[in-house]
Amino acid sequence: MALRDETGPYFGEFGGRFVPESLIAALDELSEAWELAKLDPAFSAELTELHKTYTGRPSLITEVPRFAAHGGGARMILKREDLNHTGSHKINNVLGQALLTKRIGKTRVIAETGAGQHGVATATAAALFGLDCVIYMGEVDTERQALNVARMRLLGAEVVAVKTGSRTLKDAINDAMRDWVTNVDSTNYIFGTVAGPHPFPAMVRDLQKIIGEEAREQVLALTGKLPDAVAACVGGGSNAIGIFHAFLDDADVALYGFEAAGEGAETLRHAATITKGRPGVLHGARSYLLQDEDGQTIESHSISAGLDYPGVGPEHAWLADLGRATYRPVTDAAAMSALRLLSRTEGIIPAIESAHALAGALELGKELGKDATILINLSGRGDKDMETAGRYFDLIDSGAEQS
Amino acid sequence: MTSVASALQLRRDNGTGSLIGYLPAGFPTLDESVDAAVAIAENGVNVIELGLPYSDPVMDGPVIQQATQKALANGFRLKHGFDAVRAITAQVDVPVLLMTYWNPVVQYGVDRFADDLAAAGGAGLITPDLIPDEAEPWLNASERTGLDRVFLAAPSSTRARLQQAVDSSRGFVYAVSTMGITGARTDVDSAAKSLVARLREVGAQNACVGLGISTADQVREVLEYADGAIVGSALVKALATGGIDSVASVARELSRGTRAPN
Repeated sequence: MALRDETGPYFGEFGGRFVPESLIAALDELSEAWELAKLDPAFSAELTELHKTYTGRPSLITEVPRFAAHGGGARMILKREDLNHTGSHKINNVLGQALLTKRIGKTRVIAETGAGQHGVATATAAALFGLDCVIYMGEVDTERQALNVARMRLLGAEVVAVKTGSRTLKDAINDAMRDWVTNVDSTNYIFGTVAGPHPFPAMVRDLQKIIGEEAREQVLALTGKLPDAVAACVGGGSNAIGIFHAFLDDADVALYGFEAAGEGAETLRHAATITKGRPGVLHGARSYLLQDEDGQTIESHSISAGLDYPGVGPEHAWLADLGRATYRPVTDAAAMSALRLLSRTEGIIPAIESAHALAGALELGKELGKDATILINLSGRGDKDMETAGRYFDLIDSGAEQS
Repeated sequence: MTSVASALQLRRDNGTGSLIGYLPAGFPTLDESVDAAVAIAENGVNVIELGLPYSDPVMDGPVIQQATQKALANGFRLKHGFDAVRAITAQVDVPVLLMTYWNPVVQYGVDRFADDLAAAGGAGLITPDLIPDEAEPWLNASERTGLDRVFLAAPSSTRARLQQAVDSSRGFVYAVSTMGITGARTDVDSAAKSLVARLREVGAQNACVGLGISTADQVREVLEYADGAIVGSALVKALATGGIDSVASVARELSRGTRAPN
């Protein structure tokens, strides 16, 4: 079977549904609704129209030679998900799930968010479709992504700052699941990534795979051949699976996922789940996760709120075990350096999440050499990260750098 | 018949139902959690549900979350759970089920976990985030060791899923009284009564109701149709605020609900 045809609930030994029985009926309802929607031309037409007239799809590709000169001279092409409405790839998934929410007749949506990109996208879709919306966000993240909190509130969503556990994305998911168990009759959980119980990994993948489908055609049209490598950052893994999927059965295209190594994958402060974790169960699926000997989840660390997650989607765990995709760690320092480099060489300020893919691609370019072409998913824009970047590079205080 | 089923049967033979009490292992300390479990067993609790603290307890409300987080912060390890089971069963003749999220069992090793629990004198496991569909390793290990396995049934479960829960469970089926998480509620949902009736229709011998039960009146109301009433947050709150004496007295008060009013 083609790798692209895998639909879950299992990806090899990963995936499944490890959730309270109370949620099974809702997951079954979602699975059935999604299977029907996928085959319904009216659903596809509505989603395609939204992509075209609301999100701004297809997103561009941009070749970045001045940036690529710092990565061994390999040819580098960015898939510009940063240009989507709301500023990241998250809107692709959310519009599909919001349409599905209408189809199953629910009036309230909830979502978890780390960096706030998925929360903003969900709040946006809720505004567009007239749905009540509650966003769960770790208290730590509400502080480092204050601008996105304001955006969500302006869009009419209620933002709940989650104060339990590590007060980051993992705990936001816990509280969103508690809300869903309690309010499942009226509420749909718009999950933001390719993790969680079935059908989320397959459904979110299906809604994000448009990234790779477009990019594959665009790169072919630009260069006359497929890229040698595709690079993306991996937190839960939705932008990565989105760009990988169209290439899964192109054996000559190497796939690279770049995980957040925080202060270093060899330290205790990182979020390099596949690099350093081992299989287990978290948030409803079997996959790799960061955990101690007893199976207690270990808190992750990354300068990027969107990658600061101790789990990863089960399809990535499967692709890693198969050897189909390679997952490497990228430190905070390397990501921030790549963020500045892209800004200064190409006039594009990437999200810190996406900067991990850029940093990984710079190393990859040196390994593959100047004849190689690397397609990089620029999953989001950096506007939301200006406070973090400003602090990191000392750009805001009186001693601000002027180079 | 396993010890849990026997305990429920014994009560039923006496014309009443059982009170099942939840407390987390390691809270506020390991020794005090053992003392608290012994105290509630000596004050009318018929089956003990001992929770293993876990970092991501999605079925638990704030009272139990705070207690289990404190236990973890104090250095709770899985092996302490077995120590606690051993210490409790050495002191009182009450079956002890462990309530645990699934990942700790997987990481410990399902077979090793079952062996160590059986060796410690534990009765079995309640698994809130493990559905029978995903439970094959545990079904095999519990079959081999004779441990009880308690799966959950929800008001939203289809008849086929209730059937599966009943067929897969041993000891009792945990009927979730309401759509939600643990924590005291003013009213026990009427959904509980119809859920238990639906469980009986598919052959449930023992059905116990949990979530939201915190008073003797609620215990009495539930035991009119169920074999057991499960109380958690109300006991944990008493332990957290008033210590062993307080949790013992709350257990004693709750157990009034297991006797006919006279």
